[in-house]
Amino acid sequence: MRTATEIKDHERELYYFQLRVGFAGFAVLAAFALLFARLFHLQVVQHEAYASKAEENRISIVPIAPNRGLILDRNGVVLARNYSAYTLEIFPAKVKDLERTIAELGEVVDVQAKDRSRFKKLLAETRNAESLPIRTRLSDEEVARFAANRYRFPGVEIKARLFRQYPHGAVASHVVGYIGRINPRDKVNLEKLGVEANYRGTDFIGKSGLEASYQKELHGTTGFEQVEIDAGGRGIRTLARTSAQAGNNVTLTLDIRLQEVAEAAFGERRGALVAIEPSTGGVLAFVSKPGFDPNLFVDGIDAQSWKELNDSPDRPLNNRAIAGIYPPGSTFKPFMAMAALELGKRNFNSGIRDPGYFEFGGRRFHDSKRGGHGYVNLYDSIVKSSDTFYYILANDLGIDAIAGYLKNFGFGARSGIDLEGEAKGVLPSPEWKKERFSKPEQQKWYAGETISIGIGQGYNAYTPMQLALATATLAAEGHMYRPRLVAHVDNLRTGERRHIEPVLASRVALKPENVEFVKRAMAGVNKEGTGARAFAGALYTSGGKTGTAQVVGLKQGEKYDEKKVAERHRDHSLYVVFAPLESPKIALMVIVENGGFGARAAAPIARTVLDYYLLGKLPEPAAKPAPGKGKPAAEEEEEESD
Amino acid sequence: MALDASLLSPRRLAARLTEGIDAPLFTIALALSLLGLATLFSATMENPARLTAQVANLGVALIAMWMVSRIPPQTLMRFAVPAYLAGVALLVAVALYGDRVNNAQRWLHVGVTRFQPSEVMKLALPLALAWYFHHRETAPRLRDFAFAGLLFIVPVLLIARQPDLGTAVLVAAVGFYVIFFAGVGWKLLTALGVLGAASLFPLWGMLHEYQRKRILTLIDPTQDPLGAGYHTIQSTIAVGSGGLTGKGWLHGTQTHLEFIPEGHTDFIFAVFSEEFGLAGNVLLLVLYALLIGRGLMIAANAATVFARLLAAAITLMFFTYAFVNMGMVAGILPVVGVPLPFISYGGTALLTLFVGIGILMSVHRHRRLVQT
Repeated sequence: MRTATEIKDHERELYYFQLRVGFAGFAVLAAFALLFARLFHLQVVQHEAYASKAEENRISIVPIAPNRGLILDRNGVVLARNYSAYTLEIFPAKVKDLERTIAELGEVVDVQAKDRSRFKKLLAETRNAESLPIRTRLSDEEVARFAANRYRFPGVEIKARLFRQYPHGAVASHVVGYIGRINPRDKVNLEKLGVEANYRGTDFIGKSGLEASYQKELHGTTGFEQVEIDAGGRGIRTLARTSAQAGNNVTLTLDIRLQEVAEAAFGERRGALVAIEPSTGGVLAFVSKPGFDPNLFVDGIDAQSWKELNDSPDRPLNNRAIAGIYPPGSTFKPFMAMAALELGKRNFNSGIRDPGYFEFGGRRFHDSKRGGHGYVNLYDSIVKSSDTFYYILANDLGIDAIAGYLKNFGFGARSGIDLEGEAKGVLPSPEWKKERFSKPEQQKWYAGETISIGIGQGYNAYTPMQLALATATLAAEGHMYRPRLVAHVDNLRTGERRHIEPVLASRVALKPENVEFVKRAMAGVNKEGTGARAFAGALYTSGGKTGTAQVVGLKQGEKYDEKKVAERHRDHSLYVVFAPLESPKIALMVIVENGGFGARAAAPIARTVLDYYLLGKLPEPAAKPAPGKGKPAAEEEEEESD
Repeated sequence: MALDASLLSPRRLAARLTEGIDAPLFTIALALSLLGLATLFSATMENPARLTAQVANLGVALIAMWMVSRIPPQTLMRFAVPAYLAGVALLVAVALYGDRVNNAQRWLHVGVTRFQPSEVMKLALPLALAWYFHHRETAPRLRDFAFAGLLFIVPVLLIARQPDLGTAVLVAAVGFYVIFFAGVGWKLLTALGVLGAASLFPLWGMLHEYQRKRILTLIDPTQDPLGAGYHTIQSTIAVGSGGLTGKGWLHGTQTHLEFIPEGHTDFIFAVFSEEFGLAGNVLLLVLYALLIGRGLMIAANAATVFARLLAAAITLMFFTYAFVNMGMVAGILPVVGVPLPFISYGGTALLTLFVGIGILMSVHRHRRLVQT
């Protein structure tokens, strides 16, 4: 019904519509006729000309990958370099039976199972027609043997390629990082950055460490070559060439010899060390133990090595220095003292009587020294590391004041170092707790939780980098320079050198007399306190603080007994130090995981590093007394009050 | 209802399932798609995964076509306004949060996948415009065309600034077709044409550097033989060297020596032309002409204003795709990113095309019962 009336009403309109449809039909035919005319012109009239052009069309554009920039330490020692080697590569598209070809190649050169699995993995990942390596780093003999058998393997070629090499192996592996083949995810990232054209011809990209964070500098600019090719697509001669520009060299503030001394001092123990120049923020040493051999990653790590690294309980791939978070233990105390002085809650003469515990809300918080230290003033509280003093101080300050003040020293914030994957750590506060937990009863802050914050336990958790930075900031009287590993970047072609200038990240307003006092107390630690044994006979002045961080919580009244605790549950050993006392040249932080008391494991490592850095003195090999043997009882006691 | 009986008899079931499918349209679209797969096979020899992906895309597109063909135009009309508003909202979202690929912001993440909202607009805009003209009581007046122009200019500008000139041209064209078929006067049309030509000069200033380069190199491709002119030079050589009968399937030297960039997407016509020659091109043109002819016939016999405007606009969209793409490869139109319909690799474009075919089928199924 409705249709009928509509047609009647709009008959005229429909007529016009159909007229226009007819017009459109003619327009389409006219356009197609035009297209046909053009195609006829190209394909019939000018066919001869274009056919010969296609015949002569032999100019192919081949990208030239730039050489990757080097990574050097502050003295110019090479940490990452390139070397040229022959690889055997297969063009999958030009090979009919891949399995058979690979099997036959195995008769000519050594092809192992891991080479095969890597090839298969690459084949699955690649989209475009590329040649993929079946064997890398061929020996001269293998090259010669393949050349003689080349006729048997169409679609297989030998190519000279640059490989990355890390001459120092596992030393500074977490700093330098490694490169690896560009995978589909990297490709998406490059596309997002709009730089994929500059990566034509490049197979590798920085995956971790400085290799990743300075990828842009290290990569360089891809060049292009116009190559005349024959009908089969093989290059005959080069017609024109735009050279590739090598990537920039990156020079670090880090001293690789210092790094070696520091890593050697750890031995087989796990842990981290960060040494910073307080006046610039330049990182002098950056240890995360155990490390790994970055050379394994360069042309695709084999499954077994990967499994070993990934499954190891020591977690060698974890960058402890910036991604590991630990309770600071007593190394927190100088900063608590600083807060107390600056906020006017304590003065130089404030003292308490330490009975060996602090009672709060019906609970006893014990001092690590049974029976307490007797009368303790602010100076003693750092030198002897009195827990009771800081339980009371934390309670007096309150959590808001503690969190509010200590964030000035960078606690609970990323330091901004030029590496990826930095953890934020935890500077506990009621706001943090509200965000961290979802259940209302867990979100509430209890006054009792503030007490152990004072001695660097409880929710406190910081990266070694944060503790090193806080120590450097204290050493530099409140000047906090953003930590960085790179000193300058050099463009070899233009000779241009770009210095990475120190960045004053913040300036903490500290009263000079207060800084002076805390520094003096820290000097006391190394002269007469918990660090005295490790720093006996040092030829320079220094200020330090030992720390011991509990890994597992103790029940109330339970006494920690190292011998009864499983190795992985033993306390972490920490130590922070700066030296010399007057104008500090170095501030550092050491943690030895499950190392026990701070004075025993961490402080001697710091001493070794400082001796080398300040005096150029190399550690004496071996002759290290086994811990806990033949020590006077009094000293043992002294250590335990850490 | 004799539901049980129809389920029991396979023949009746088959008849029921295919009752909305228009045999001529289906045959032509399928023939084009198969030609496309054959060409794609040649263009992506190095990477057979593309072919399998395209077969899967085709499967999805056919299912979509079948589903859409069963939706009566009356129901489609209800989607017109929401689809248009959603499309504009998505385009704004892309401008704000979209992904940058090749310096153009076109993609939007949706869960695990991402898509180009501009593709939605290719059908949403004609739907909305057809809906608008359908609901005018009187013959459309100048005011109506002005409002329609507004509906049409917003998404076109949003797409053009991504920048995605190819899609903007297609969306603009399909919008224009609806307005044209709605009966805009010839005088007004001529005036608009003059105005459009005059606005080319300020428009030139708004174009991106690479877009200007494309137009300039069209006039003289040899100006920039390794940059912007490279595509045009190489594709013209491919077409010309194909000759009358082509070099034969899988034997195009331009294709297989990788002189044709984007040989599987926007420049697939160069591959086709090189391997099948003028003979193949004539076949292709005839298939497109038949498809368009059938579409216009369906439009002429549609039951409602909405249905006929939509059908005519979609049909001419197919034409625009084909003409712009072939013209670009043959070197008579600038290089804009427009795929060759049913032939180029790409799931989204194929889906849009087959949904368009589905709409045509639906319009045909619900055509006028009384012939005038």
